Amino acid sequence: MITRSSGYLARQIATTHWFLHLEDPLQAWLFGGVLGILVLASTIGAVLQQTAKSDTARATIDNLNARMRAWWKMCAIFALTLLIGRIGSLVLFALLSLLALREYVTLIPTRRSDHRTLVWSFFVITPLQYYLIGIRWYGFFAIMVPAVAFLFIPTRMAMTGDTEHFLERAAKIQFGIMICSYCLSHAPALLILRIPGFEGHDARLLLYLVLVDQMSDVLQYVSGKLTGRHKIAPQVSPNKTWEGFVGGVLASTALGAALWWATPFTPWQAAGMSLVIALLGFAGGLVMSAIKRDVGVKDFGAIIEGHGGILDRIDSLCFAAPIFFHLVRYFFVR
Amino acid sequence: MSAGIHPLASVIAAVARGISGVQVRWAGCRREQKQRIYFANHTSHLDFVVLWSALPGQVRARTRPVAAQDYWEKGVRAYLAQKVFRAVLVHRRGTAQAGNREEARAAARTLIDRLAEAMGETESLILFPEGTRGTGDTIAPFRSGLYYLAKRKPEVELVPAYLENLNRILPKGEVLPVPLISLLTFGVPMHVGETEDKHEFLERASAAMCALRRKGES
Repeated sequence: MITRSSGYLARQIATTHWFLHLEDPLQAWLFGGVLGILVLASTIGAVLQQTAKSDTARATIDNLNARMRAWWKMCAIFALTLLIGRIGSLVLFALLSLLALREYVTLIPTRRSDHRTLVWSFFVITPLQYYLIGIRWYGFFAIMVPAVAFLFIPTRMAMTGDTEHFLERAAKIQFGIMICSYCLSHAPALLILRIPGFEGHDARLLLYLVLVDQMSDVLQYVSGKLTGRHKIAPQVSPNKTWEGFVGGVLASTALGAALWWATPFTPWQAAGMSLVIALLGFAGGLVMSAIKRDVGVKDFGAIIEGHGGILDRIDSLCFAAPIFFHLVRYFFVR
Repeated sequence: MSAGIHPLASVIAAVARGISGVQVRWAGCRREQKQRIYFANHTSHLDFVVLWSALPGQVRARTRPVAAQDYWEKGVRAYLAQKVFRAVLVHRRGTAQAGNREEARAAARTLIDRLAEAMGETESLILFPEGTRGTGDTIAPFRSGLYYLAKRKPEVELVPAYLENLNRILPKGEVLPVPLISLLTFGVPMHVGETEDKHEFLERASAAMCALRRKGES
C-alpha cells in the first residue's frame, strides 16, 4: 500500500503518454475506413430514399437514414475523444457509463431508501472506476466493483433499515454497476495495457474493439433483415434470427481478421478475437433485450435518434469489452 | 412587469434539464406563447425548475412559478427566486393559520389578488395545487386556489402537467440528486365551466392531471 503513495501516482501520471500520436498512419487508415463506410452507407440511404415506393418501405428507409445521421455524430465524438488522447477516451466512457446507468436505474424499480446508495453509485463508484484507469492502478481497477462496491452496496442499503425486497434491490443495483460501469470501463482500460512491440499504439486497439463490435451489431442486423427466417429467441428479441446471427458473426469475424494490421495480432489471432467480440456482442444484445422485456419497454431511452438509448447502442460493447481486455492481457501482455 | 431574461436563467435551465434528463411531451397543446396557468403534481424541490426549464426560452421568460415564501425568502434562494425565476412568493397555509372563517376568506382573497396581479395581461404561472410535496404514490386533494384564480381569469388556459420520476431524482429530505430520466407531459388546456362548482372543477382538474401519468398505462 505504501508504494501507492502520491509519489507513485505522480510518477505514473508523468510517465503516461496522455496524448496519442496524431501521425500514427495505421490509425489514420482505420479512421479512413470508417469514413468510407459512413459515406457509402449514407449514399445508399439517400438513393434508397429516392426509390422507395410503399409507405412501409419509406418508413424503414427513414429509420435507416436517422440511424445513419446518428452514426455520423457518434463516430465524430468517438474519433475526437480518441485523438484528444487517453484522458478524452476516459471522460467519454465515464460519461457513457453514467448515461447507461441512468437509463438502467430509471427503468428498474428502486425504493425511496435506495437514494443514498444510488448517489454513491453515480458520484463515487463509477467515477472512481475510471480514475483507477487514469492512474493505471490495475489491481484496484480489477477488484473495485466486484469486491469493494459489491460488498459496500448491500451494507449501505442495510444501514437504511429497509428490508423490503432487500436482496432483489441490492442485486439489481449491483448488476447495473457491473454492466454499465465495470464491464464498459474495460474498453478504455485497453489504453493502459503495455503490449510489447505495440507501445504508443493502444488507441488502435480500442478503435479495433469498438469497430468490430459495432460492425458486428450492424452486420447481424443487416444480414437478419436480408436473410432472416428462423428466430433464435422470439420471446426475448423477435429481430434476432439464426441467419442474421451466423451471417453477421462470420462477416464481422472476416472484417476483424482483415484489420489484423492495425493490431498486435496475427490474421488468425485477429479472426479469433473478432469471433469472440461478435459472439459476446450478440450475448450482450440478448441479455439486455431480456431485461427490457422484463420491465416492459422497447428501448432503454430515446437519446440517440433511430437507435434508442445509450444502453441500447452499447449493450454489445459492455459484454465484449471485459473478455477482449482479459484475452489481450493474458496472451499479449507479459 | 418587464420580462428581461436573466443571464443565469438559461444556464440554470440547462443544468436542470441535464440533471433531470427530462423528456417533454406536448400531448394536448403546443409549446407557444400564450397566457396560461400550468398546474402540476408536486413531489420534489426540482419540480418547478424542471417544468420551467422545459419551456422554450421565450415562453419561460414570461412564466412565473408560484413558490413558498418561507423557503425562498433568504440569501441565494431569494436572489434566484426574485431575479432569475421571477417567482411569485406566497405564504403556505396562510388560510389555514387564520383564526376564523372570515379571516381565512380574507387571506384567500389576498392570495388570489396577488396571483392575478402577478399575471397581469401577459405572464403565465406554474403552480402546484396540492400545496405541498407528496411521495409520488398518490395525488393529494387540490387546494381551492386554482379554482378561484381560474374564476378570476376565465380567459386564461389552464394546462395540466404531470412530472414523473422527480420524486426518485430528488425526494423530499434529500440534498443530492440521483440523475435519472424524468418525464414531463403537458395535457389539453381546460377552463372552469360556467355552472361548475368548486368541488366539481377541482376533481376534473385533478383527473385531467392524473390521466397524463404514463406509469401503468400499458
